[in-house]
Amino acid sequence: MRPILMKGHERPLTFLKYNREGDLLFSCAKDHTPTVWFADNGERLGTYRGHNGAVWCCDVSRDSMRLITGSADQTVKLWNVQTGAQLYSFNFDSPARAVDFSVGDKLAVITTDPFMGLPSTIQVKRIAKDPSEQTGDSVLTITGPQGRINRAVWGPLNKTIISGGEDAVLRIWDSETGQLLKESNNETGHQKTITSLSKSADGSHFLSGSLDKSAKLWDIRTLTLIKTYVTERPVNAVAISPLLDHVVIGGGQDASHVTTTDRRAGKFEAKFFHKILQEEIGGVKGHFGPINALAFNPDGRSFSSGGEDGYVRLHHFDPEYFNIKM
Amino acid sequence: MAEVVSMADIEATALRLGIDISSVDLDAIQIPPGEDFGIKSDDDEDLYQEDGFEMEAGFGNIIVVDNLPVVPPEKFEKLENVVRKIYSQIGVIKDGGLWMPVNPETQKTLGYCFIEYNTPQEAELAREKTNGYKLDKSHIFSVNLFDDFEKYMKVPDEWTPAEIKPYTPGENLQQWLTDEKARDQFVIRAATFTEVFWNDPRQMMPDLVYRRQYWTEAFVQWSPLGTYLATVHRQGAAVWGGATTFNRLMRYAHPQVKLIDFSPGEKYLITYSSHEPSNPRDTHRVVLNIFDVRTGKVMRDFKGNADEFTTGGSGGVSGVSWPVFRWGGGKEDKYFARIGKNVISVYETETFTLIDKKSLKVENVVDFSWSPTDPILALFVPELGGGNQPARVSLVQIPGKEELRQKNLFSVSDCKMYWQSNGEYLAVKVDRYTKTKKSTYTGFELFRIKERDIPIEVLELDNKNDKIVAFAWEPKGHRFAVIHGDNPRPDISFYSMRTAHNTGRVSKLATLKSKQANALYWSPAGRFILLAGLKGFNGQLEFYNVDELETMATGEHFMATDIEWDPTGRYVATSVTSVHEMENGFHIWSFNGKLLYRIPKDHFYQFLWRPRPPSFLTAEKEEEISKNLKKYSKKYELEDQDVSLLLSEQERKRRNMLLDEWDAWIQNCKRLHEEESELRRQLRDGEASDEEEEYEAKEVEVEEILDVKEEVVPFDLDQME
Repeated sequence: MRPILMKGHERPLTFLKYNREGDLLFSCAKDHTPTVWFADNGERLGTYRGHNGAVWCCDVSRDSMRLITGSADQTVKLWNVQTGAQLYSFNFDSPARAVDFSVGDKLAVITTDPFMGLPSTIQVKRIAKDPSEQTGDSVLTITGPQGRINRAVWGPLNKTIISGGEDAVLRIWDSETGQLLKESNNETGHQKTITSLSKSADGSHFLSGSLDKSAKLWDIRTLTLIKTYVTERPVNAVAISPLLDHVVIGGGQDASHVTTTDRRAGKFEAKFFHKILQEEIGGVKGHFGPINALAFNPDGRSFSSGGEDGYVRLHHFDPEYFNIKM
Repeated sequence: MAEVVSMADIEATALRLGIDISSVDLDAIQIPPGEDFGIKSDDDEDLYQEDGFEMEAGFGNIIVVDNLPVVPPEKFEKLENVVRKIYSQIGVIKDGGLWMPVNPETQKTLGYCFIEYNTPQEAELAREKTNGYKLDKSHIFSVNLFDDFEKYMKVPDEWTPAEIKPYTPGENLQQWLTDEKARDQFVIRAATFTEVFWNDPRQMMPDLVYRRQYWTEAFVQWSPLGTYLATVHRQGAAVWGGATTFNRLMRYAHPQVKLIDFSPGEKYLITYSSHEPSNPRDTHRVVLNIFDVRTGKVMRDFKGNADEFTTGGSGGVSGVSWPVFRWGGGKEDKYFARIGKNVISVYETETFTLIDKKSLKVENVVDFSWSPTDPILALFVPELGGGNQPARVSLVQIPGKEELRQKNLFSVSDCKMYWQSNGEYLAVKVDRYTKTKKSTYTGFELFRIKERDIPIEVLELDNKNDKIVAFAWEPKGHRFAVIHGDNPRPDISFYSMRTAHNTGRVSKLATLKSKQANALYWSPAGRFILLAGLKGFNGQLEFYNVDELETMATGEHFMATDIEWDPTGRYVATSVTSVHEMENGFHIWSFNGKLLYRIPKDHFYQFLWRPRPPSFLTAEKEEEISKNLKKYSKKYELEDQDVSLLLSEQERKRRNMLLDEWDAWIQNCKRLHEEESELRRQLRDGEASDEEEEYEAKEVEVEEILDVKEEVVPFDLDQME
């Protein structure tokens, strides 16, 4: 089916997130306003105004009531999804990068960038049920990894936190003590900056994308490498289909390196791979710039991609997609 | 560098261990193969490298001048000044680098002196230029490099006959040709690795033969018959080969070698280097060595400044058009030639001297080329005297130097010569000025070399103002292809030198209109041609059958920079080399345009098919085979089928295995997930988590009144009518 082009952002997209029911799609961009859309027809529902910098990441609670956003304006904000009202603002001394609600939505993991001599951190905040009781105290602060930590997500039962970033190492931390439990090694791990992490629907494995032009599938409990998907492009975004054994990988050369006029030159395609066979299934073209964000609808029947070009493209799969034989 | 252990240390260690060092027979110690205990031996590459360094840091830059006059102290200064004057013209003498020893008893000089230059190149040059310099009748300089003394000292006084080693049969260097599956090899260079592969189209992937990191410091090159792979290093070049792997067969010392070139029969290797002069006003110094490939012996060297090697031809690498020496006379490697000012110097390889001891004098010659098969030179001389003396192309027979054919051409701006690979035809592309002299147009002069009197035919394109983008002869054939046209999508025309009724006339076969192509690649077997749009056309490919005059397939290798047919004409490789940052790697296609496999490689520098020597089959036998192709191909088709069945069976098994593995793993995960279900429910304050993943989508319509406004709408009666 023809994709639905959603033009609402003035700057490159950074992140996309569906709510649990898959009827709402939240988008973050380098402009300062996260936006919510109807995931079905691409109609814009509203925006969340208040950030004063690029918004890098967001997460929505299981009941679709709360939105959490992390921004370069050194704050992480909680929003009322329905009204767009700001509920709370966590203040940091450096730009916030990744945010993720835990199972049960009582905790959130936040990463902050290295800034003005401060190291990058992974912090855990308690999210109060009643916003008026919300405090800014951190339950846990982890430091150590060099460079930005581009993504941090919760492991099974909130017992661990998985992080990945500029030092190309995936790490699993104990979310109680902050102790480093496991890290990927040079041999199987990524060679360059890890740009994205995406968990499977059941949370048993996750996919990491890296500028080393590959994406890797890992066991979330043991951090064993299961699969590797190789492309010709640096990978900016990855997603795992909740329905079929497919993964989608997006990226492209850095916008500053795009010199040719031909838009194929950058290969700004979302590439589908068979998750188990590691074979390429096909590609979805369209963006005029690298793909920065990818997300599957929880029903697996549509996905959306966000590009450096400022567009969100919403794709509903054709019936043939569900009959692809490998 | 290995740690240096002094003899004293060894003795101390020996004493400590209670070993009588004098009783140890050092020669009896055998080191296990492949283990050097950190001790460098002559065979080690890095020691070899160090040699080169030592040359520069050692005494390579010192010369000894002998046969100077013996003078008393009062004339010492005068002599020193004379010597200094002579030698400072050649290069920069180091401070205090001129030393004339004096006999302490007589206070007279000893008749020789030492001169130290800044670089070994200057010293070398000084030796070359002043050895035999006549200061006066009785004082003729004898100049030597200081380093050479040592060499001469070592010459034994008594002659001993050379030891004749028993003959040891070498490896079969042509082993790769006997591959059971008749596959071809290629070499690629990507990042720091150089790898040789079999092209295995049946398996749809390459099959590694040999891989080595830092194999070469600049590039690799196959010899023309495929026997050797040449690598280039700071200290010189090396060739590799062997029956099953790649061993170093020979090294050719030539410091800072930049370019290499094999003779067509791969008997000789020419190496080239250019050295920056110490004085920036001087020109670069060029050194060329011609080696015998098998013995590694220098057969002849040429040294001089770059100017001497740049005449004629349009400047290539650092001002020199490469190859400086062009080989002719077919595969026998009999002659080689280079162009100079008003001369073409033709050498023969029996003595490595000029034929008849003199060069071929041709006023103002700017370009020449050899016939690929015969000792015939084609030369081009441009117009002289403002058009009074016409330009001309002539064919000269070697070694007789008689002119076989000549053609005068008028108002010529440029000429290019294209030989057909069998040396049967020569096409000369002539750019002529129009009457106004403001623009040029192009025509072709076609020479039929093998016919009596070498008839020449003139060919002009239908639209003679068309610019010629590319020209290519069909290998071993009678046809050629031309890309012509001024618009962004040029036309491609095919011509034949033969026609059914009218032999001896060139005729047009077909013209393809507005194609996205700017390069022509004939299959080495002829008949098929790949029309390629490189650079601006982003890698458009069209596989064309010239026999049937039809397109077999079109394809694209986005951003492709290089294309090469395998030597048999069965496969084509298209590659994107590191001139582009992205897309690096190569694709292998069948001759008819089917993409067989793709290999992405970052920092991709080179792709080269291993050439094959010409077939030993006679033309008749080849004809017979191609006539009865069905009979011969049956066997191979069956093999192909077997392989493809086996492959699909293997593939099916592999997939099933992967799927089974995954299933087992995911089942385990599911079990864990279920076990944790209760814990998850607790985390969610008792909300049933997993079963509730299923939800129901209900459409609820909600009407919300946002605002109510009353407005009086004017009602215009006139509009009713």
